[in-house]
Amino acid sequence: MHEYSLVQSMVQRVEEEARARHATGVHRVRVRIGHSSGVEADLFASAYDILRAGTLCADAELVIARESTEWRCGACGTAVPAGAELVCPNCGFPARLARGDDLVLERIELEVP
Amino acid sequence: MCDVCGCGDPKIVPVDVHERLLATNDRTAAHNRAHFEDHGLVAINLMGSPGAGKTAILEATARALGRTRRLAAITGDLETERDADRLRAVGIPAAAITTGSACHLDAEMVHHALHHETAHAADYLFIENVGNLVCPAIYDLGQAVNVVALSVTEGEDKPLKYPVMFRKADLVLLTKTDLLSALPDYDCAAVSAALAQVMPTPRTIAISARSGAGVGDWIEWIERLRARPRDMRAADAPGH
Repeated sequence: MHEYSLVQSMVQRVEEEARARHATGVHRVRVRIGHSSGVEADLFASAYDILRAGTLCADAELVIARESTEWRCGACGTAVPAGAELVCPNCGFPARLARGDDLVLERIELEVP
Repeated sequence: MCDVCGCGDPKIVPVDVHERLLATNDRTAAHNRAHFEDHGLVAINLMGSPGAGKTAILEATARALGRTRRLAAITGDLETERDADRLRAVGIPAAAITTGSACHLDAEMVHHALHHETAHAADYLFIENVGNLVCPAIYDLGQAVNVVALSVTEGEDKPLKYPVMFRKADLVLLTKTDLLSALPDYDCAAVSAALAQVMPTPRTIAISARSGAGVGDWIEWIERLRARPRDMRAADAPGH
């Protein structure tokens, strides 16, 4: 349940940003969560619903952009399908994770009087 | 104030952050990594299910390597110092982190433990993570490598069920191989096939802490880490 500790530190980070900019509240928080990041987006959202109470994020909508996983050949860039051996179908070179590992706080929308 | 009509509603100001949610952990992990490298210390993050045999592997490591290398350990569990006690009994100075309810170690916990431990004078620091195949995988601790212990009694398909953990592994130790005689249906080829679907360059060592089989290969693997140039260790490290 590491989603809870991640949300907790995200809310703190957002509050720091809000205070630094003299915001009275937060309108929206936008994050990007990769399918292979090790974080479950639904759990992240439920953790946010619980942990935002009493913070500057109390009324802020959480928007989660889900990023799909994409493996590519580490040498020639050919797409390597998931669900099979992670080597390039063309040249046999090991694949690398090209997308899907991200856990990013993208944007905050602050309410400024 | 609202720019559109001056109604007194607050103005919405967007701030583009584009920062990893784990940025604070990553900074502390980088600090830990620099500390380890400055002290010539190879830090190994040992992960795996509860009961996969992590502590037994470290006990076997102490028996095989304890006379020639200085070993140190940090152990993570929700409660008790039992693992640290076992390691101290075989001569490994060990600090216990009791996480309470946290399901993983993070870089800050390891950093805090370093302040209380004499790990600075060791050749290897083993960080025995909380037994869990999910949460520990996403936290960089500053380690040189990730090692995952997977016991033969856990079955062949764990890598497919917990892909993030195995994707981040530099080495998988297939543990408790002395039990294979009691597991006639266990299929070693199926484990290799499962690992190949989640690890681009799968590396495994079959090992039994009880019989000592494979311990030599494991020692050889960690000894090779000492010979690796420092910049390669950092480049290979998970999260980098």
